Amino acid sequence: MNRILRLCLCFLVLTIPSLSLAVETQSLLQQLTKAKLSQMPNMLEQLEAQGDETLLPIFRAWLGGNLYYKRDDRQLLVKQKINSSTLYVDAFNQQVQADLTSKKVRKIKVNNKLRGLLRGTIARLQLTSKNTELRQAAVRELMADLDAETFNTLEDLYPNEPNASVQEMMQTALSLYVAKDSQHSQSVRLSAIEFLAQSLENDVRNGLIELTQDTNAVVASAAQKALNKINQSVERYAFVDQLFFGLSLGSVLLLASIGLAITFGVMGVINMAHGEMIMLGAYTTYVVQLIMPNYIDYSIWVAIPAAFLVSGLMGVVIERLVICRLHGRPLETLLATFGISLILQQLVRTIFSPLNRQVSTPSWMSGSWEINPVLSLTLNRLYILAFALLVFIALVLILKKSALGLNVRAVSQNRNMAKAMGVKTEWVDAMTFGLGSGIAGIAGVALSQLTNVGPNLGQAYIIDSFMVVVFGGVGNLLGTLVAAFTLGIANKFLEPTTGAVLAAILVLVFIILFIQKRPKGLFPQKGRAAE
Amino acid sequence: MSSLISWFKAGRTSGQYTLPFVVILLSMTVLASVANLLLPQESIFYVSTYSITLLGKYLCYAMLALAVDIIWGYCGILSLGHGAFFALGGYAMGMYLMRQIGDRGVYGNPILPDFMVFLDWQELPWFWLGMDQFWFAMIMAVVVPGLLAFVFGWLAFRSRVTGVYLSIMTQALTYALLLSFFRNEMGFGGNNGLTDFKEILGFDLQSDLTRVALFITTALLLALVLLVSQRILSSRLGKVTLAVRDSEARTRFIGYRTERYKVWLFVYSAVIAGIAGALYVPQVGIINPGEFSPINSIEIVIWVAVGGRGTLIGAIIGALLVNYAKTRFTAIMPDGWLFALGALFVLVTLFLPKGLIGLYGQIQSKRQASVTQEASK
Repeated sequence: MNRILRLCLCFLVLTIPSLSLAVETQSLLQQLTKAKLSQMPNMLEQLEAQGDETLLPIFRAWLGGNLYYKRDDRQLLVKQKINSSTLYVDAFNQQVQADLTSKKVRKIKVNNKLRGLLRGTIARLQLTSKNTELRQAAVRELMADLDAETFNTLEDLYPNEPNASVQEMMQTALSLYVAKDSQHSQSVRLSAIEFLAQSLENDVRNGLIELTQDTNAVVASAAQKALNKINQSVERYAFVDQLFFGLSLGSVLLLASIGLAITFGVMGVINMAHGEMIMLGAYTTYVVQLIMPNYIDYSIWVAIPAAFLVSGLMGVVIERLVICRLHGRPLETLLATFGISLILQQLVRTIFSPLNRQVSTPSWMSGSWEINPVLSLTLNRLYILAFALLVFIALVLILKKSALGLNVRAVSQNRNMAKAMGVKTEWVDAMTFGLGSGIAGIAGVALSQLTNVGPNLGQAYIIDSFMVVVFGGVGNLLGTLVAAFTLGIANKFLEPTTGAVLAAILVLVFIILFIQKRPKGLFPQKGRAAE
Repeated sequence: MSSLISWFKAGRTSGQYTLPFVVILLSMTVLASVANLLLPQESIFYVSTYSITLLGKYLCYAMLALAVDIIWGYCGILSLGHGAFFALGGYAMGMYLMRQIGDRGVYGNPILPDFMVFLDWQELPWFWLGMDQFWFAMIMAVVVPGLLAFVFGWLAFRSRVTGVYLSIMTQALTYALLLSFFRNEMGFGGNNGLTDFKEILGFDLQSDLTRVALFITTALLLALVLLVSQRILSSRLGKVTLAVRDSEARTRFIGYRTERYKVWLFVYSAVIAGIAGALYVPQVGIINPGEFSPINSIEIVIWVAVGGRGTLIGAIIGALLVNYAKTRFTAIMPDGWLFALGALFVLVTLFLPKGLIGLYGQIQSKRQASVTQEASK
């Protein structure tokens, strides 16, 4: 029995990835434990000459001051911090060394000079790595402080670099060095600066700013010109970035208001509880994540239909119990639905506590899409933008192509006539209200990815949603789309100059004034359908 | 005197209970005041100063409800932003009270209120000038809400924004004000609003006598506003207003400039709300941007709906009842109040479209019908 256990342990140890280093490298590393600080740069050079990518973790540990050795047998160790407890791991085979206290180990020294050398070594090692991203990061790192040596390394590697974008970045780094180096002829430096004008890297910009003070006046003016060009394109990208944020806010507004547009447009019902339908959708997302904590990445695919059902069913219930009894009395409906919104808020407060709930973002939605060094779009906003458009298209298709859509349009144009033609208007009302509420629920799923989920979530969006619907023209889906994006973009472009609050106020005031001129919104209903 | 009574009785049909109501209101006020000031604390009829303040607050709310009822019940304009006029009146009074603090503030600056010193402001903003004069502040308390109502109403009614649109616009109006008053740069104390008041017209705000005086003033003004409103609404102007409510298009075709009637009624209503706000602040001791929040304005509407819209007394009764219920409810089960308020909204709109006054009228007409039935047997 004991034997089998030991055998198993052996296998286990074997499966752990270990550094299969050449004997020579191992002995070099071992010597580090005895070396003086002054000898270390020399040894580092020797280690680098081995050109072993697998040494990178050890170098990094050294750089961070986490490389240790055991006092008694000089075994190399890496200090790791896991959950605030400190562990020492063998540098070669990753085995955890149990019960080692800080008294039994000694740190391998590192000073600023060594750190600089280590960074260079790590970068050079990465440059020859097989991983493209690693190489790219290495070039970018090197760009920060180029010297003759790294320049030579880059120059050697440049022709053989297989990846085009890494190659371009290498060229940028090389050009930066050439441009700064006064030993090169003026024409070479000028062409290098010309190349640099295409780059958006921070280090290039800093380098060019330095160059504008150059003793060579021609080079200095060329650098200034290149800098202006870069600043222009940075501004252009900043504009794109702002536009994206505006579109993102617009997509949220679209999701929040489109359900309202349907119920208001078709039934003439102002649903003050619409914000709470959004809130219900957000809480559904939260509950779904509670139910399937190990599958957060997939939870959203469950949450979307679930939220649609929960909010949609709630909408149908509200319609059947309250709204259908208040037919043709829009102001009373407004009050009654406001009462419902208060009840729903308090209900959520009682069940889930008044505190905000955190909904986690699936891994595939987090992160950002880096287009270039100055422009990166966050993925979750990008997905929500796409999602909002998808929902919009689906809704348009439902209203234009399905039997329900036909009935809904008939009822919205002439309720009595539709009834006379045999349309079950009551059923249509319930379905419309359910559809509008269900879409609010879906909006809640999207919102839960952007903000905290709390009982006041709906309140925060309801007034904006009304503004969108009124601005766009009631019952007009296209108007809602245009209005949502207009308001979103206007808000985001006003914000930097006026501040968020004043931007919101200005938009509100603008809509109040706009309504004076066009009381029926951007796209009023025309023809017989209009009252 | 008799001519005065007959003047007030002019609109007999809808206002037949107005005079008795005013008499009851004023006598209750006097009774409560006397019970507070003259009776010893051990007496079972003693009314605590806390209750006096609470009653004064209810009466302010009643006046606010009256303002909403004038415009909603008689003209069909559902304003979801009357809290804004109330708060503006309150801020005018708050500014006066703030200036009365003088150098007794935390920073001891005789001119600048504490929050301005805190924000490192060097001089008083222009809109604070003159606010140390009571008469000027009181003029502002009615002029500012009135002016806002005039501009908003003139823009809205002229371009015929009606119904739900108008409701949403008024809500947006109060929301925009809420956002702006939250800003420190506005010069109204930002998030914290105006508070720490010391005295009004030289009288200590904490003393019983001042509180009773404020309470009586509120009751008197409420009575006055009720009587004047009753008179206005039963006059020819009131008749036109009712016509606008029932069919604006027809009234316009007959030849009335309906938007003018609406604008003036809206301004009148806003002024009343401003007065209510000015009376409210010294009794409560604070005014902050929360008063602008849309939910407050919607709550006012429900007071009116509970009492019965289109009957001035109904609005007052509704405001008193709902606020009393709120005080009791939030004391017993603080979390339950929103449930209760929400249910009130739904139930009143579903089952009591004419409010409690309407219910009373229904019961009475039923009883009369049964009496006549019995008599005919």
